[in-house]
Amino acid sequence: MSEPPGTHAGPPGTHAGPGAPSGVAVHGSADAAAPGMEPVIGLEIHVQLSTATKMFCSCELSFGEPANTRTCPVCLGLPGSLPVANAHAIHLGLMIGLALGSELAPRSIFHRKNYFYPDLPKGYQISQYDEPLCRGGRLGDVRIHRVHLEEDAAKLIHVGASGRIHGSDASLVDFNRGGTPLAEIVTEPDLRSAEQAGEWLRLLRTTLRRLGVSDVNMEEGSLRCDANISLRPAGSEMLGVKTELKNMNSFRFIERGINAEVARQGKILAGGGKVVQETLHFDPSSGAITSLRSKEEAHDYRYFPEPDLLPVAISAEMLGEARAAMSELPADRQQRLQVEVGLAAESARLLAFRGELGDFFEAALAAGADPAPPAQALANWVTGELLARLPDGADPAESLLTPQALARLVGLLAARSISSGVARQVLEQLLAEGGEPEAIIERDGLAAIGGGDELAAVVAAAIAANADAAEKIRQGNAKASGPIVGFVMRETKGRADGAEVARLIEAQLRA
Amino acid sequence: MARLARLALAEEEIEPMARELSAVLDHVAKIAELDLDGVPPTSHVVEVTGALRPDVPRPSLPREVALAQAPASGQDGFLVPSPQA
Amino acid sequence: MHATDLIGLSATEAARALAAGSVSSAELFETYRARAQADRDAGEQGLNCFTWVADQQPPDAAPGALGGVPLAVKDLFCTEGVPSQAASRILEGYRPPYSATVVTRLREAGAPLLGKTNQDEFAMGSSNENSAFGAVRNPWDRERVPGGSSGGSAAAVAAGLAPWALGTDTGGSIRQPAALCGIVGLKPTYGAVSRYGMIAFASSLDQAGPLTRNVSDAALMLSHMIGRDPCDATSLQFPGAVSMPSAERLDGVRVGVPAELTGDGIEDGVRTAFEAALELARELGAQISEVSLPHAPHALSAYYVIAPAECSSNLARFDGVRYGARAQDPRDLLDMYTRTRHDGFGAEVKRRVMLGTYALSSGYYDAYYGRAQRVRTRIAQDFAEAFGKVDLILTPTSPTVAFPLGERTGDPLSMYLSDFCTIPMSLAGIPAISIPCGLSGGLPVGLQLAGPAFSESRMLESAHALERAIGFDGGGARV
Repeated sequence: MSEPPGTHAGPPGTHAGPGAPSGVAVHGSADAAAPGMEPVIGLEIHVQLSTATKMFCSCELSFGEPANTRTCPVCLGLPGSLPVANAHAIHLGLMIGLALGSELAPRSIFHRKNYFYPDLPKGYQISQYDEPLCRGGRLGDVRIHRVHLEEDAAKLIHVGASGRIHGSDASLVDFNRGGTPLAEIVTEPDLRSAEQAGEWLRLLRTTLRRLGVSDVNMEEGSLRCDANISLRPAGSEMLGVKTELKNMNSFRFIERGINAEVARQGKILAGGGKVVQETLHFDPSSGAITSLRSKEEAHDYRYFPEPDLLPVAISAEMLGEARAAMSELPADRQQRLQVEVGLAAESARLLAFRGELGDFFEAALAAGADPAPPAQALANWVTGELLARLPDGADPAESLLTPQALARLVGLLAARSISSGVARQVLEQLLAEGGEPEAIIERDGLAAIGGGDELAAVVAAAIAANADAAEKIRQGNAKASGPIVGFVMRETKGRADGAEVARLIEAQLRA
Repeated sequence: MARLARLALAEEEIEPMARELSAVLDHVAKIAELDLDGVPPTSHVVEVTGALRPDVPRPSLPREVALAQAPASGQDGFLVPSPQA
Repeated sequence: MHATDLIGLSATEAARALAAGSVSSAELFETYRARAQADRDAGEQGLNCFTWVADQQPPDAAPGALGGVPLAVKDLFCTEGVPSQAASRILEGYRPPYSATVVTRLREAGAPLLGKTNQDEFAMGSSNENSAFGAVRNPWDRERVPGGSSGGSAAAVAAGLAPWALGTDTGGSIRQPAALCGIVGLKPTYGAVSRYGMIAFASSLDQAGPLTRNVSDAALMLSHMIGRDPCDATSLQFPGAVSMPSAERLDGVRVGVPAELTGDGIEDGVRTAFEAALELARELGAQISEVSLPHAPHALSAYYVIAPAECSSNLARFDGVRYGARAQDPRDLLDMYTRTRHDGFGAEVKRRVMLGTYALSSGYYDAYYGRAQRVRTRIAQDFAEAFGKVDLILTPTSPTVAFPLGERTGDPLSMYLSDFCTIPMSLAGIPAISIPCGLSGGLPVGLQLAGPAFSESRMLESAHALERAIGFDGGGARV
């Protein structure tokens, strides 16, 4: 779906002041279905924390271990077992709160959320209800409602006909994942389009990754996102009926799902109907939105304070440790890249908010290449030539190109040892096969032909072969040099340094 | 209420259960008489905080032990009738 | 030593004899084991105290400080590899892969597992008539209840089938059966003893405690039970140790008697015995005064909201998925859940699960659970205020002596009322002990002493002095 012309949610981090962005005319795709309506979107994100053990027991976290090999009486919900909260999970939760600028509750408690399901061994999930760890905060354009800690459910695998029991289809329960610590981050409904939601989610992911609190990998399930979506007349303060869209496990699916739901609601409202509050599932292959029947029964979770766990009081020591563990956040990094490294604002922002690009850039800058690449040139190559050649969303650190190699390449280019055309060629080779730029240049004979008689001779030949162009230049039309430069470039297979060629042409023709 | 508690009640059990529960509820409703303004609830008798666990792994149960008491198991896991899709 | 001499030894005396070498641990264990097994084999003719008896002395039992005094353990405690069924069909045959912390601590201290005792299902009851394995009978009168929920433990100790036993107390489940069986039962301060491995009924109220022949034995067992357990976040470090009591007088001890728990509702025979005990206390030098616990009359109501609420959640894990019983040929998942639980839980358990579900449900939380927790705060405040004026509070443990089997099973509310003297202490989380103080119509009457949190040592001293003065002889109940 193409972007509506002229409007864009704006780069994160550039909105001043509290509250939802107003006066930002983001129409999204709802415009097509229901004129004058704007989407109102909030996200509920579950993040698996990078602790060594589970939230309430000392089982090691499982990464694809054989089923039911990471369990104990506590996470199996055996009779008589009791939970004990993981101190490190609380620490990571505090770091998230600090990073989001949330208010950290001096005292927070766990609650039991009671319901029956085979992936819930105790028949309740230990979570937090009205006294969560963190309240409020903001990241970019979006205000945070709350952050709390809870335990993950186990995995239910449909076995179907091959494992029929009692004459009906069966499911297999694997409790390895059960009890994994989760941080649930809930935003205010400040998002106004699927694209903005996708962009913001990427920002959150970068932020959390830099914090080191989670792998935040959607494919592996360490980052999960549900969306709450409603429509309302543009500019209104009221909130419409919202639906919850679940089970989208990639950024693309989330954006498509939100767009599909916005369109669906828009159509209903445009036809004079009413949106029903329900939980929905987006099927990316068909684009269809369907109701999740398992939620049809209204859940009364009968929350009450978890009597087996004591309240968590944040001590000065815990706070100090969380602050000390904080690495630099994107906004701070952008600032630093601009002020200390001297990058242009747009480069700094891009490198700061796409953390893996920033990491690659800074590693290249620190590589000690000689001749040293100028910082801005290096930045331009990372965000320009390199980014264009990487698959969407890929991390340059995972390619065959090393930061050192890029630094040397850009350094060589800046020193005019190679032409920009050659540099692009070499970059492609480095991405394809790795290695060192100097070796490739040497091997393929790509060194720039700079000064010296060799180039002068080629220029002379080019001038001789393009008498008309030469004449025009003599008469003051410097722009006519195209054919001459082209000749030189063909002859030198692109290795001639462009500036040097121009100087030689000038010199030879003025002479 | 029985469904929330996942308790099937036989036809003949419903009436006596309802009667017994009513009697108890009438009695416990006495607490409605009290003036409890401003009284905080006791969610934890022990007014202490903390008691957190260090993030150090300990051995998990061997799978056979975890599955040993399962009413139905197979393919290395606990088998249950599938929830309705 | 002859078997009857052996079983005549209290746990403290047996430990001493074992240490002195005048008794062998093997002989002691086998003597009790045989008696326990005989009760089990006697079926209807026996007292039905045990759900499981060891078939031999544990082979690698380390002597520990106690030297091998066999311990009967309520079925509610997880004992590794040994049936731990909470006297419920839903856990019939369940053998846990781990043991409760207190069981492990006592075993390592030299109290090996003799057998598992019968109880009210999931600790819900005051008469031990709610067991899936049949009622327990009172050794003083077979047609009467031993009390509950730790009825099996109490009857076993009273009948000399075990030197001592472990029980659990949520609203009086150690103290009340101790009173009805003429033995000592102690509920520690909430948090003093680990709950890890104790099948949960009401998490904020449950505590493990000793049922013993005398106060010294209770102190001895308690001293090996207390201490913070990293597996139980609500367990606390006990300040100091539990000392072995030796007091013979109560000089300077200020005793409070709450009108709310010693007036209406106490039957005459019990009241007479109670007042005699108060008179004895006075003679021993105690200063007796009246105290007020204004919210005590509401304790029962608050308890019968809080306990069922917590239990409805704690029992949700019994769903037929991972252990225990599962209904045959379930049509689907819902059918599996509902039939498993219907068939597996007894009537009292079902009642409390329903009550608890209701009390927590949307729209009712504030009126029931929310309010009950506030009443609880008031009750704790009442005690705190009272303990500003007195050191100990004395009440009868149970309003009646042991009642006949079947008398109250048709009226759950009347059954609940038997806990009204013990429940307030549970809600406040303070320690309390019941000691026999006399007979009424040939049946034992219990005297309850309660003290502020962590005052067990002082409370045991006073109990010891009173016990000595009372001179109750429980030998007649021995089988």
